[in-house]
Amino acid sequence: MIVQFFVPHPPFTNMYNVLLDWTIIIGIFALVIGLSSLIKLHYTRIVRKTPDLPYSIVVFVGMVGMALVGLIRGVDEGTWFEWLFTNVQVPMQATMFSLLAFFIASAAYRAFRARTVDATLMLVTAVLIMFARVPIGRFLWEGIMPDSVVQWWANPPGDIADWLLNVPSMAARRAILLGVSLGAIATALKIILGIERSYMGAGE
Amino acid sequence: MRIPEKLANLDRRYIFILIALTVIMPLLLPIGMPITETSEVKSVYDYIEELPPESTILIALDYDPAALAELDPMALALLRHAFAKKIKVVGMTLWVTGTTLGDITMRKAADGIAQEGEDYVYLGFVPGAANVIMRMGEDISAIFPKDYSGRPLEEIPMMNSIKNYKDIALVVDLAAGSTPEAWVVYAGTKYDQTIAVGCTAVSAVGYYPFLNSKQIIGLIGGMKGAAEYESMTGNRGTATAGMDSQSIAHIAIILLIIIANVSYFAMRKNGEENH
Repeated sequence: MIVQFFVPHPPFTNMYNVLLDWTIIIGIFALVIGLSSLIKLHYTRIVRKTPDLPYSIVVFVGMVGMALVGLIRGVDEGTWFEWLFTNVQVPMQATMFSLLAFFIASAAYRAFRARTVDATLMLVTAVLIMFARVPIGRFLWEGIMPDSVVQWWANPPGDIADWLLNVPSMAARRAILLGVSLGAIATALKIILGIERSYMGAGE
Repeated sequence: MRIPEKLANLDRRYIFILIALTVIMPLLLPIGMPITETSEVKSVYDYIEELPPESTILIALDYDPAALAELDPMALALLRHAFAKKIKVVGMTLWVTGTTLGDITMRKAADGIAQEGEDYVYLGFVPGAANVIMRMGEDISAIFPKDYSGRPLEEIPMMNSIKNYKDIALVVDLAAGSTPEAWVVYAGTKYDQTIAVGCTAVSAVGYYPFLNSKQIIGLIGGMKGAAEYESMTGNRGTATAGMDSQSIAHIAIILLIIIANVSYFAMRKNGEENH
């Protein structure tokens, strides 16, 4: 595949396409492994009558139910599968994620303390970004400041937030990405050359 | 217990109630704050706006119901913009739990304005993420022989002229996870595909390096980005409606942080005085 990247012509292109198809097929088998792990875990909980037994039963009922409904009646518009997805899975999954908003607010109240210089810097930046990245930042600025000041600087919260995101934050994020990528290249080379064999269970 | 100590140990349920009220009240009593456009969202809008009719874009709906609130309005705004410009849309997803959601979203956006098979097609999901992206660079029909409803691609009129990325003017990845990096690396770098990213607000920070290096042409971040796009296209939807709630909730969190720090410093001063 490395050769194909630099020589995108037959026979390397044909070999590349075949290898990709094989990889995708192997990936599908990973779904089977994931499914069997899930079944084994929850079956063990049911057999051992653990306190989480009711939740394991719900897992099985949901999994088997959705699979049967989809296989028998299809997954198109107007099917039971779509109804269950739209009226059960979507609201439940969206609600679970929405709960984060409450816990983030509670965590921010308890954790955002200006104890040190670093903590103060993070606190001020977080407050500024929260203020500027929603319409109320500019709305309040235009409402509170005289027209002459607004004409001189229309949206300082937004401009400062943009600078924070496009300069220091971007620079730090780029440094992290480069570091992670170089580490991934080094690890990949070690695996390809056989130096790193922990993924095969070597050393156990 | 003194007031600063009471505030520092405030029961979290009061905070939950406050956040619930700040989210619900603006939905019932809208304020209608104006939405400010940002350059990173405008660049996506301008690129699609300047595409000639009959161009094709690919929208990867790589999200599940957990990220629905932020990314679905984005998807609807983009789809409606493309359909209004007579631009053909190929939809697909790399997230298995978002497969049905992608189908629902595309049909909802196309309702009354676009015809499946002629103006848009939804290919569904194939596992493999990066491998799928790479394979589509050679031949889309090899990895998606049928669309989501089971119709072979050779029977779909609009797919007759679409073989791989060379026939696609823009890929927009609406992502709840890290799939934009795979799109940039494999589709953008290897196949020189133009890419734009839509993502959750919390992920948006991580894609500014790609925006700065022009590996992506634009970035739509979170519900605010979706609201900006809705404002630009003139189709005000759920993202715009949610902006008031988000604004008031942010102010509430800022006030809570200020109260927490005031009580912290008051307690610290009382502690120093006692010593």
